[in-house]
Amino acid sequence: MPFIPHTKDEIREMLETIGVNSIDALFDEIPKNLLIDEKELDGIPPAISEMELARLMKDRATTNKNNLCFVGAGAYEHHIPAPIWEIISRGEFMTAYTPYQAEASQGTLQLLYEYQTMMASLTGMDVSNASLYDGASGLAEAALMAVRANKKSKSKRILMPSTVHPFYRQTTNDIVKHQKLEVIELPFNKESGCTNIKDLAAYEAEDITALVVPQPNFFGCLEDVDALTNWAHQRNILVIALVNPTSLALLKEPGKWGEQGADIVCGEGQPFGAPLSSGGPYFGFLCCKSAYVRQMPGRIIGCTEDAEGKTGYVLTLQAREQHIRRSKATSNICTNEGMMVAAAAIYMSLLGPNGIKKIAKICHNKTKELAQQAIAIDGVTLLFKSPYFHEVVLRLPKPAKQVIEEMNDKGILAGFDLGESYPGMENDLLVCCTETKTQEDIALYIKSLKDILA
Amino acid sequence: MSQLIFETSRLNRYAVTQAPLEDVEVDDLPKEHLRETKPLLPETSELDVVRHFTNLSQQNFSVDTNFYPLGSCTMKYNPRCLNTLASLPDFLGCHPLDLEKNNQGYMQCAYETQEMLKIITGMTGISLTPMAGAQGEFAGVLMIRAYHDSRGDTERTEIIIPDAAHGTNPASASMCGYVTKEIPTKTSDGDIDIEALKAAVGPKTAGIMLTNPSTLGVFERRIEEVAKIVHDAGGLLYYDGANLNAILGKVRPGDMGFDVIHLNLHKTFGTPHGGGGPGSGPIVCNERLIPFLPIPYIEKSEKGYTWVTEKQCPQSIGRLSAFMGNAAIILRSYIYLRLLGKKGLPRVADFSTLNANYLMVRLRDAGFTISFPDRRAVHEFIVTLEDQTKKYGVRALDYAKRLLDYDAHAPTIYFPLLIPECLLIEPTETESKEAVDQFVETMIKIKHEAETDSELVKTAPHDRPLRRLDDVKAARELNLVYNPKSDS
Repeated sequence: MPFIPHTKDEIREMLETIGVNSIDALFDEIPKNLLIDEKELDGIPPAISEMELARLMKDRATTNKNNLCFVGAGAYEHHIPAPIWEIISRGEFMTAYTPYQAEASQGTLQLLYEYQTMMASLTGMDVSNASLYDGASGLAEAALMAVRANKKSKSKRILMPSTVHPFYRQTTNDIVKHQKLEVIELPFNKESGCTNIKDLAAYEAEDITALVVPQPNFFGCLEDVDALTNWAHQRNILVIALVNPTSLALLKEPGKWGEQGADIVCGEGQPFGAPLSSGGPYFGFLCCKSAYVRQMPGRIIGCTEDAEGKTGYVLTLQAREQHIRRSKATSNICTNEGMMVAAAAIYMSLLGPNGIKKIAKICHNKTKELAQQAIAIDGVTLLFKSPYFHEVVLRLPKPAKQVIEEMNDKGILAGFDLGESYPGMENDLLVCCTETKTQEDIALYIKSLKDILA
Repeated sequence: MSQLIFETSRLNRYAVTQAPLEDVEVDDLPKEHLRETKPLLPETSELDVVRHFTNLSQQNFSVDTNFYPLGSCTMKYNPRCLNTLASLPDFLGCHPLDLEKNNQGYMQCAYETQEMLKIITGMTGISLTPMAGAQGEFAGVLMIRAYHDSRGDTERTEIIIPDAAHGTNPASASMCGYVTKEIPTKTSDGDIDIEALKAAVGPKTAGIMLTNPSTLGVFERRIEEVAKIVHDAGGLLYYDGANLNAILGKVRPGDMGFDVIHLNLHKTFGTPHGGGGPGSGPIVCNERLIPFLPIPYIEKSEKGYTWVTEKQCPQSIGRLSAFMGNAAIILRSYIYLRLLGKKGLPRVADFSTLNANYLMVRLRDAGFTISFPDRRAVHEFIVTLEDQTKKYGVRALDYAKRLLDYDAHAPTIYFPLLIPECLLIEPTETESKEAVDQFVETMIKIKHEAETDSELVKTAPHDRPLRRLDDVKAARELNLVYNPKSDS
């Protein structure tokens, strides 16, 4: 039996020690009518050996076709340094549990403390937690946190630009509405692709709890983060920054937005070491100013000393969490995305500030290169006038959905069809070009697009 | 004592081969958008990074290195091929927004996982999207809410939860906008107090959240009666699948009367715990709750495997994440299920139960107090050290720390909250009789130490790189990030 080491003799000895005749006897407290016959499991295929399974999985993998990827829209293809998964896959990291017994988990705890340090600094915040499930559910948690943290607001109303990722808006709404939060969507300017301060005028004198500011936004456009942050702070509204970690190597960190900096920062950590992998696992990062740390959900690691004064690390501020506060906890989150955070910590350690800045610059330049060559094709234009970072929207003469299908036939995943989520944008394609794409890849994209649109 | 990675930093050092080699400048972004401060990330060599994190890993206990009888967590062996086979490049390289036709390999595996999990639980609907047990709980309770709302039954504002329940249960109920109504569990025999339950149900009852076997390490014998009481009052039953290992392939939560269930793939289905995730908490339900399942999930048709979204599912509780859950973890559970096969599933229940009962009897015979001595252990059981605390001042926490000196990870301590000075012990089916016997010997040694040299136990651990860590100081003097300036 797979993974069950007991020999017949051992089973007999154990049953004798317990004082029963068979293993079945150990289930004698369960009502007989609830015990199923093995027949009921007939739909489950019989066991196969690892060898046969390896063959099966190889066959399944070949029906997965990875085309040349030019889509981002929340998940980004970056080079994942080889040391990351070698180290993460060590059993000591991979098969450890949550570090409740700190003295047995200093490896994980110190790694998380280092991660917290890096993430807080990258975002310009004072503190970071040790992860949430992903960027979208992380945004929901940030909104809930803002409601707890903003003592000057009672409305539980969150202003959400429609330039925020459509799945993030959907997820946030689906999660927070049950705690009586109201998510109010803000329109975007059709020329700039950004949120207008003018559109916030309607909320000038209203009680608003938080404003979400994406940077870059879903279209890749750069929002006027300083103006938006100041507008919010002048009205006692907390600012939740939603950011891409690669971009933070190049773009101004949320801690420096406006006069006072953002209050809470969240986003998707996948670009730092997580493979695309059909959508997960990724991780959500959450950082904030120290004033709000007690309202932050998720695990937090703190530095302390042992009985002999040596430095060590522990889970701290656990009174926020479900295992202590139960129904009054900041969140129900327990298991989060430990391995993915470990990957990100190693990624940031390998690349350092110089490495991630280089990658950010190359992503930006390659996207710019792709965009410039694309708009040289008849009928293709750059939809928005704003500066952008590593993603851009192309307006096409044909529906984006159709172009994606036809590009797929040429071995290219061309981009994201904005018509899916934004009415009126059916001819608009969101394209991303990371450092992984070569000049030849870009040339192939352009040639294929040209052929299709001819 | 380990230095921090930042302490290996030297200006401008980094792992040069990990970024493209050409120099590059960006000249077209407005200055006001640009970063001016260098973030505090390590500036170190690839070798230093590898050495640092490899050394760190060696300070961890893990299933791969230690006996890890953490009750309620199911620390079973994580078969290695789960990682290697789930990491085939064509699985890893698939973008979530790729066309469905390019992802049929993964989708077929995930679809078959959906089917197998339905069979195992005796249910008809499933969504693999929740990314951990707690998110599964959130989804399941939300589905109950959506069900009542769809019937105009909006007065139901309470969820009944036993006091022994895992903290995520009431936390999830709160996140769904419900009030938790706690009912007592009888510490005399471990079953729910049926009279208290009858008094608690009423027109405000939306549902009940239960774990069976319960967090007390015993089977809720009157579960069918409990189900009837709640259903008769118009409420639905939610099943916390954390303890499924005890009954896998032998009892189906659907047959017990549950309407919606979450499973923990990182417990019962062998995917690695990762030091705190990623996990996966699929949600399974009966017919009447199918319309409310979180999206997306997979359907099979002549076209192949397709994603069901809110377009086909207008009553869905919606989206819980940007994409489709922890796909690579789901893939690992598929691999695990294929390795176990039909006959392997009930063997998991058989041997996790055998190991637990054997361990319980041996500890009892060695003089430890079993909390429910007249009950069968399920896959786990509770030992209370209350008598030793009274006699020698040695607490469950002290035992936990002393076990580390003997290279065993502690069982779960102080959960469930009802039992004082408790150890919740779960050996799992993948541990050999020798490993279990070894643990008994260790516990006997520590008991002897408690009796003759209690200070030794109270000040453990002694043989780890660090002695006992000061939790109180950590919370009082918050130090959550490294500050290089404070180093001088």
